[in-house]
Amino acid sequence: MAIITFSIDGEHYSAREDQTILEIAREHKIPIPTLCHLDGLSTVGACRLCLVEIEGSAKLQPACTAKPVEGMVIRTNTDRLKKYRRTIVELLASEGNHQCAVCVVNGHCELQNLAYEVGLDHVRVPYLFPSKRLDATHKDFVIDRNRCVLCTRCVRVCHEVEGAHVWDIGGRGINCEIIGDMNQPWGESESCTSCGKCVRVCPTGALFEKGATVGEMHKERGFLKYIVTARNKQQWIATAHEEE
Amino acid sequence: MAQPDTPHTVHPSGDNRFKLLDRAITKHQASGDALIEILHAAQGIFGFLESDLLVYIAQALRLPYSRVYGVATFYHFFRMKPTGEHTFVLCSGTACYVKGSAEIQKAVEHHCNCKFGETTADNAISLISARCVGSCGLAPVAVLDNAVAGKLTPDESLRRIRQWQEERKEEAA
Amino acid sequence: MTLEDLRELAGHEQDRQTKFRFRILYCSSAGCVSSGCDDVKKTLRAALDAGGFAETCELIGTGCLGLCGEGPLVLVQPGPVMYRHVTPAIAQRIVDEHIAQGKPVEEHRVNLADPFFAAQTRIVLERMGTINAESIDECIAAGGYEALGKVLTEMAPEEVVAEIRKSGLRGRGGAGYSTGLKWDIVRKGKADQKYVVCNADEGDPGAFMDRSVLEGDPHRVLEGMAIAGYAVGANQGFIYVRAEYPLAIDRLRTAIRQAEKLGLLGNRILESQFNFRIDLRIGAGAFVCGEETALLRSVMGRRGRPRPRPPYPSESGLWGKPTLINNVETFANIAPIIAKGSAWFSGIGTPKSTGTKVFALAGNVRNTGLIEVPMGIPLRRIIFDIAGGTPEGTEFKAAQTGGPSGGCIPKEHLDLPVDYESLATVGSIMGSGGMIVMDSTASMVDVAKYFMEFCMDESCGKCIPCRVGTKHIYLLLDKISRGEGSAEDFGLLKELCTMVRETSLCGLGQSAPNPVLSTIRFFQEEYTRLLKPPTEFADGGTGGAHASVSAEGKE
Repeated sequence: MAIITFSIDGEHYSAREDQTILEIAREHKIPIPTLCHLDGLSTVGACRLCLVEIEGSAKLQPACTAKPVEGMVIRTNTDRLKKYRRTIVELLASEGNHQCAVCVVNGHCELQNLAYEVGLDHVRVPYLFPSKRLDATHKDFVIDRNRCVLCTRCVRVCHEVEGAHVWDIGGRGINCEIIGDMNQPWGESESCTSCGKCVRVCPTGALFEKGATVGEMHKERGFLKYIVTARNKQQWIATAHEEE
Repeated sequence: MAQPDTPHTVHPSGDNRFKLLDRAITKHQASGDALIEILHAAQGIFGFLESDLLVYIAQALRLPYSRVYGVATFYHFFRMKPTGEHTFVLCSGTACYVKGSAEIQKAVEHHCNCKFGETTADNAISLISARCVGSCGLAPVAVLDNAVAGKLTPDESLRRIRQWQEERKEEAA
Repeated sequence: MTLEDLRELAGHEQDRQTKFRFRILYCSSAGCVSSGCDDVKKTLRAALDAGGFAETCELIGTGCLGLCGEGPLVLVQPGPVMYRHVTPAIAQRIVDEHIAQGKPVEEHRVNLADPFFAAQTRIVLERMGTINAESIDECIAAGGYEALGKVLTEMAPEEVVAEIRKSGLRGRGGAGYSTGLKWDIVRKGKADQKYVVCNADEGDPGAFMDRSVLEGDPHRVLEGMAIAGYAVGANQGFIYVRAEYPLAIDRLRTAIRQAEKLGLLGNRILESQFNFRIDLRIGAGAFVCGEETALLRSVMGRRGRPRPRPPYPSESGLWGKPTLINNVETFANIAPIIAKGSAWFSGIGTPKSTGTKVFALAGNVRNTGLIEVPMGIPLRRIIFDIAGGTPEGTEFKAAQTGGPSGGCIPKEHLDLPVDYESLATVGSIMGSGGMIVMDSTASMVDVAKYFMEFCMDESCGKCIPCRVGTKHIYLLLDKISRGEGSAEDFGLLKELCTMVRETSLCGLGQSAPNPVLSTIRFFQEEYTRLLKPPTEFADGGTGGAHASVSAEGKE
């Protein structure tokens, strides 16, 4: 595998040519915000938070899918990118019904953290106040679509890791929502194994364990790396302390 | 590799239409990649896509239920509810818009007391809004029970609708 | 069948046709079907039979004759003499007077010397109005599949690619990427299986070029795809066609069956070693499936959600294999380029945009319909000469090209040459070829709102900027059009448009703000006129109180 050199935010780096910009940035502790991305799952490039500027290219590229080439000049933190990231989080905030003060993941929520990170102090667009369904029919878990950001991590983990494909996306555009089986109550699902992977990968409080009250729901995601590495490389690695 | 078994030859409901659907499924070797083709066939046979029907298709194609439901709700051509006895499909393309389709929409919605995308309460008429039907030279255009009507006016639209309504009354009487 | 057999068949068919004194061609495309050409056909048939002309006069359904707004259209060969607004009564007169006595029915005669016809250059549409749309024999007699025969007998795949590259042909679906380059990438890809896909998901509202080509001359597209398959090394093709085009689907099915029967598709085409199958895939009402990565997902039976590129479909497309995707009109240009040579083709149009472009003219112009013009023709010539300008008493305001991804071109840019680069300089795009003319009564804010509503409805919902951004842009436009928007709202509108354009995942989202940005650029005054005066306190909570202000801007 060839090694290439390039620059990120003015510093020179080298990496293998099959690595994505995001992987390299994480290795070198260069902060790039992400939402739909999760190590261990396929990449979809959907949230657009990790967009970076590449010199000589008019189009912004998602760091999670783009790979550097020799001599590439990458910028991850320009004023333009900061402004767009703030607007993306702002749009998300307006899209759902997010009430942090009463949310089970208050204080451990990726959307909340992003809002702090991008400095979202107020929302300029009107809140859409959609009417979204909450489903508490499952014996252990709840899905509250009011808090869903449609990152599709649950869809992917259920399909790619658990292999059950309970979740998918129904509808289109602004009316998209996460659906289970034939859009039926979770408790009646024939395909769900109640493994809880979807709950643990969910970045917000849209999927949570029953019984958790405000701020109580912590999501451990180390399991994903453990399983995926075990499956791909036949190596069972300790991950318990890698979170956060 | 063994061929997947053909779906049940007789549907438990005894509904013969499932035989037609099975034929379409067999034609595509029960391949999951042909889901959209199968949904087209199913809608052609049954008129709309009920949950039970989607379950049947999912099982025949060996696809997860949510994938089938997700695909059926992504494409606007697929209907999950039956349509009324008559359909009034108004083209919402640009040429029709420029030529005044909005006036027709307003008049028809007012007359039928129902919005586009819905069916009247008596189940007589479904108002459907279509993306460009491609007859822009004749704008504004509507498709009334599968016949294209060009250079339509609000008055002419209402006349055609009243005609349906009168025919219906006569049949009832 | 060999190439010699093909030529023999062409000869037989030409002989057959010369036996008729007259050929009456009625337009059987969707436009004329809606105007009632079926009744006209029945009357013509009955009148010909009754008058004893069944042996000397052939009646044929042909492809789009162009002047869709004046249908049903009938063309009589030799002459030719074209008739418009043909009712069954007129059809009877055509037989009684023109066929029987040699006296054309003057009141319904179309002047073929009119710029609408005379100013056109027809390559893609050359066989429209000359052949029966459902007869492969007539198509072959008019030179169909000759180019396929030529590549299979005389040319190596790389020579075919080189010829297309030399022609300068660019994709006719919108972005204008070099067709030859794309073919070259797919050809060089190493894989056990490759695919050729024809994008016939003509989703732009107001565009019907592809529909007309598929309805009028489907073999032209099949031949182009087969040549492409030979050039890139693919043996399977798919045509992804919208469900809204039932007639085109019908004609394609017939055409594929006919070509397979004659050995022009399928195994060992023209007794060469080349195999190529074509299957249809029917769309289901999703504009985003015109985007190539979404289209591929849809062909594979999935939700039509785009994915980031690279990898491009030419490297990794259907089932991960190299896949060539071109639009209908692009494929329709292939056979003529091979038959007449790249030099002939690149001599038409401009150096960077070679050949011709088919446009669907609609909106407030006298002549609506289908035209084909050389690239680089001034917009003014299309709108005022070919389309005949706006109707009496109205004034031209703007021409919209490129559909929901394009922009509005105002009066001051009427002398702009119509080619890829020039349209981009005014914030529009060539698009697939819809051209909608608006007169002075059109409100540009409403037009922008119309397109934004379209994009919002058609957003797949995958990426956040497009899913949520188009919704908010629409809400802002709605607020402004009702006279309730503030200067702050207008600023936010512009900011969101730029953001959605730069951050969206696919072409749909990236181009969705174009109609808004282009109308702001050329008609900003129409927006600012609707804004609430700055003296009012813009708290947004008194929307109801301001609702009445809006009336004038709206209608």
